Amino acid sequence: MSIVTHQLGLEHGNGFRALHGLNLKLTAGERVAIIGPSGAGKTSLIRLLGSALRPTNGRLELLGENPWQQSAAGLRQLRTRIGTIHQAPPIPPRLRVITAILAGRLGRWPAWKGLLSLLYPVDIAGAQQALARLDLADRLFERCDRLSGGQLQRVGIARVLYQQPDLILADEPVSALDPILADAAIAQIVAEAEQRGATVLASLHAVDLALKWFPRVIGLRSGQLAFDLPAAEVSTDMLRDLYSSEGSIVPTQANDPALLHALTEPLPEITDPKVVRLDSCRGRG
Amino acid sequence: MSSGQLAAEPSDFVVRDPEARRRLGTTLIALVILWPLLQLAEFRPAVLFEAGNLKVMTGFLAGFFPPERGPEFLGLLFKATLETLAIATAGIALALLIAVPLAIIGTRALSISSIGPGPDRWRGNVVRVACRALLTVLRAIPEIVWALMFVRVLGLGPAAGVLALAITYGGMLGKVYTEILESTDTRPARALLQGGSGRITALVYGLIPNAAQELTSYTVYRWECAVRASVIMGFVGAGGLGQLMDQSMKMLNGGEASAILLMFLALVVLADALSSALRKALA
Ligand SMILES: Nc1ncnc2c1ncn2[C@@H]1O[C@H](COP(=O)(O)OP(=O)(O)OP(=O)(O)O)[C@@H](O)[C@H]1O
Ligand SMILES: [Mg+2]
Repeated sequence: MSIVTHQLGLEHGNGFRALHGLNLKLTAGERVAIIGPSGAGKTSLIRLLGSALRPTNGRLELLGENPWQQSAAGLRQLRTRIGTIHQAPPIPPRLRVITAILAGRLGRWPAWKGLLSLLYPVDIAGAQQALARLDLADRLFERCDRLSGGQLQRVGIARVLYQQPDLILADEPVSALDPILADAAIAQIVAEAEQRGATVLASLHAVDLALKWFPRVIGLRSGQLAFDLPAAEVSTDMLRDLYSSEGSIVPTQANDPALLHALTEPLPEITDPKVVRLDSCRGRG
Repeated sequence: MSSGQLAAEPSDFVVRDPEARRRLGTTLIALVILWPLLQLAEFRPAVLFEAGNLKVMTGFLAGFFPPERGPEFLGLLFKATLETLAIATAGIALALLIAVPLAIIGTRALSISSIGPGPDRWRGNVVRVACRALLTVLRAIPEIVWALMFVRVLGLGPAAGVLALAITYGGMLGKVYTEILESTDTRPARALLQGGSGRITALVYGLIPNAAQELTSYTVYRWECAVRASVIMGFVGAGGLGQLMDQSMKMLNGGEASAILLMFLALVVLADALSSALRKALA
């Protein structure tokens, strides 16, 4: 089991309850997408599962261990096996791309190796390979503040690919990419996970991407599970219901027929002109 | 499309800035505190411009001209300048040995136990508070007091001055480093710690890239202060410009004193140039 939660709940510092009694089980190697409207608790859940936040109540098991019953060393060891792709890539602008990617293995390297790598990068080939998978190989020695938002987001993905974690948590990993690139980036994450048997849990705001790449889809609304089903069983009505707070408009990548074709189940209203690309008008943080 | 809706909002309902009242209150409190302080410090700027006082001041300043230019004195000045630079640089180097480890231990930006919060958080807080307390003690005692103490142990000479500078400046640098690290974007370092990285690597990969400029500029500024502080060090026989200044003042030789002051000016300009060059290199 990669993730087991029992009645998992989270209350933020200001007393706001972001998650209520979630029960989830993800087996090793499973790929699961989380979808839901803005403010549903997707980021909160991913931070809990990345051991960045301590649950207020309920039980949590990551890669077979309860992170909050570990010693400091045990917790650190566990964290090196979890790779998080953050909603906004946490990379200092002055860092070079190669340094940003190599930082993915800092948890596994002894400290001297990390320091040495600042003098001369210790694994240029490895970083280059990770970057090439995201179609950015030529920017290896560029500074991150010279990249576009979408390129920086891909560097954030490359860092986690380079980390080679057993559990990949991705929080809207492709929100700044155009449909074609987004598709390719998710494909790389999926390929990496399949090749090493890693588990993937990704929150996505494009429902078509979720249905295309993830065999299992979880709908989250107001901090509660709306559904937890194989992708093929997710119906249009469920999706409309999930996004009822946003006018029942199901957000998708684009009205790109090639992508729409790839949907596990065709969604008629996606071709409807009232469907808008929410990512372009929603203020996310 | 929605602009029409927005314009249709009732106009008699004006939203006020909820912070405004607090800002006004803070300003009033600041004034109420500042006024008695100025009274206490006998702050009466008008006195400076009374006729008699102006004459005293111009007389004092006139004694400084012209600056001494004799080759013998310039030789002494040059040697004293080198000594001062050596004392200041050695003092700052030792201060860094104190400040850097304490800043790494003391800054919340590199706290692993506060993520979650996790195990040992209690111990982490105690260590951080102890670390800050130590930094406070180090810098609370003026360098002249440390210098007088070390002179008893090490005798007159630069060693006492260097140690005194190292301790006080170690305290100051450590405190400000801690705060600089906390006031830059701490998310990159936090993300690294959350991925199992250690503190030192999280520091150099996550915080230093953002904070390098500010850290350098504060360090160079403190070096500049150390150069000036060596004037005080002169009184404990630490050598350098301070001692030369001490002698010139005692002999009421204004020309020599002004030459020394010009040298200080040059050193401050040098520090400024160094600081901006380093900042440019790190940009
Ligand atoms: N640090 C915090 N303190 C208080 N409330 C928070 C905090 N972080 C999130 N929240 C609240 O918790 C709820 C869930 O937030 P979360 O960030 O998990 O949403 P999300 O599903 O990721 O949304 P989005 O799609 O916009 O990223 C929101 O109502 C948000 O306002
Ligand atoms: Mg989010």
